[in-house]
Amino acid sequence: MAMLELKDVHTYYGSIHALQGISLSVEKREIVTLIGANGAGKSTTLNTISGLMQPRTGSIWLEGKRIDHVPPHEIVKMGISQGPEGRRVFSRLTVRENLEMGAYTRTDQAAIEEDMERVFTLFPLLKERQKQVGGTLSGGEQQMLSMGRALMSKPEIFLLDEPSMGLAPMLVEAIFEIIQNINRQGTTILLVEQNALMALSIAHRGYVLETGRIVLGGTAAELRENPEVKAAYLGGRS
Amino acid sequence: MADAAMADAVQLRHKRFFNLGRLVRPTIGVLVIAFLMWRLLTVLFIQQAYGADTWVRFAVSGIILGSVYAVIALGYTLVYGILFMINFAHGDVMMLGAFAGYFTLEAFNGAGILNRSLASSILSITVAFTVGMLVATFVAIALERIAYRPLRTAPRLVPLISAIGASLFLENMAQLVFGAARHTYTNPEVAKRNIGWTLMVSGKEVLITYTGVLTFVLSILLMIGLYILVQRTKMGKAMRAVAEDKEIAALMGIDVDRVIANTFAISGALAGAAGVMWGLHMGIVYHFVGFLPGIKAFTAAVLGGIGNVPGAMLGGLVLGVIEAMGPAALGLPFQLKDVLAFSILVLALIFRPTGLLGEVLTEKKA
Repeated sequence: MAMLELKDVHTYYGSIHALQGISLSVEKREIVTLIGANGAGKSTTLNTISGLMQPRTGSIWLEGKRIDHVPPHEIVKMGISQGPEGRRVFSRLTVRENLEMGAYTRTDQAAIEEDMERVFTLFPLLKERQKQVGGTLSGGEQQMLSMGRALMSKPEIFLLDEPSMGLAPMLVEAIFEIIQNINRQGTTILLVEQNALMALSIAHRGYVLETGRIVLGGTAAELRENPEVKAAYLGGRS
Repeated sequence: MADAAMADAVQLRHKRFFNLGRLVRPTIGVLVIAFLMWRLLTVLFIQQAYGADTWVRFAVSGIILGSVYAVIALGYTLVYGILFMINFAHGDVMMLGAFAGYFTLEAFNGAGILNRSLASSILSITVAFTVGMLVATFVAIALERIAYRPLRTAPRLVPLISAIGASLFLENMAQLVFGAARHTYTNPEVAKRNIGWTLMVSGKEVLITYTGVLTFVLSILLMIGLYILVQRTKMGKAMRAVAEDKEIAALMGIDVDRVIANTFAISGALAGAAGVMWGLHMGIVYHFVGFLPGIKAFTAAVLGGIGNVPGAMLGGLVLGVIEAMGPAALGLPFQLKDVLAFSILVLALIFRPTGLLGEVLTEKKA
């Protein structure tokens, strides 16, 4: 049984049919990536899983439990956490308060402190900036804070939306290394990326989305070698 | 060609209009300052109408009034901070709190507890505050549930209209249930409205009433309590998170509906306390008693920077003092104190729409 499974999910924005039958699965401890152009439905897929949007038909299963139509604040408790597109840190809360919000559902104070230290080990910059409010951080720091915040809920599955957006190439590499680290520590990751090359270099498997449909799926190696993927998403180098 | 000429003409008109617009603010500013200087100089140095004792009296009553405004203003600012909505029924929540306190004191008086001993008087007042706050909390939660929550996704004007409707409903409901007569608050003998400490200022007595001191001290305690709640507690942090981004707050596992309900509950409790303070200090309650303090507190919240907690406190105190001292300082009839208060609102909106402590809301960072 897959850890996370979407079965024929259809999601609408009003009358716009954004997801037109998405079926995919994520196994425990995998990094799975969704790649595709702007507007293909990558973020919508993540938002539908995390409960921010509800599918009109189809079902979503987490370890055998059906979770579509569960409100987002309940889904967090079930072990899914999302690092949202555009980072969206709380700009008027301090770095520490942002992280505390990430641990909102938890009550194990001692373990929360430990996890905060763990986040600070992953992102040492955040430790220095603990007392600063989120809005004063640079883009890269905000991305780190956004990821750290999502990790504070101790997720089984980490949904990560466009972590490389707007970051300098060096920073992107650092962030992707950290994603791999998080995965090695046992967290399953579903990664949405426009930077398909980077995403496929760390993912185990991937899916290609086009206009709300999955047009291709396979191991990362297969996708990297696929001529259509190469032409459309990997810069056409063949 | 004709089109181009038209476009030029339109642009010219815009330009002229724009320039005129740019002149308006400095002109108003100069006029206001000139008026203030003229009146202040006349009153303070030429007429010398009032002695120091009178000024102290005005200041004391202003600070007390201002502290009540501040407590009410906190309710506006909390709700605005989280829903970007002005809860125009907030003053009427205060009115119901005042009535709840009134009936509690009446009941204690009827049972002969109110004046039995100092302890029983203190107990009566404590219970009056508790009941007033509980009733107002309940009303505020019900308001949110019935009048605002169903409209959460509607355009921003819609809940505003609903708030005005709720305000009218509560006022008329209160008139129907409690009658249109003005009720006099039954203070315990130890806290009558005309007794207190006396202060000697330039040889004259200035009375500082016990109710006034109680009002001021309690207001300050409530403000400190609220500040700690919002800044330090988990609930307060969740409130700030929800205020900033409801979607992300939900992704953190925060139950947004519950946080909003809590916010209304807190704002209601503050209004209830303000209502009982108003009753004890001012002495009169009736169905319309919440209207003017409500609008004044709204002014205070805007003056301080709406959505900003310390701003509401500062705005309330400043407004109270201006209202109490302003007419005398400017040599105006005292009936014009409300005009003065609302002129402050207009001036704040013209010159500093973000309020004294407000921040400029920038576009969200991508």
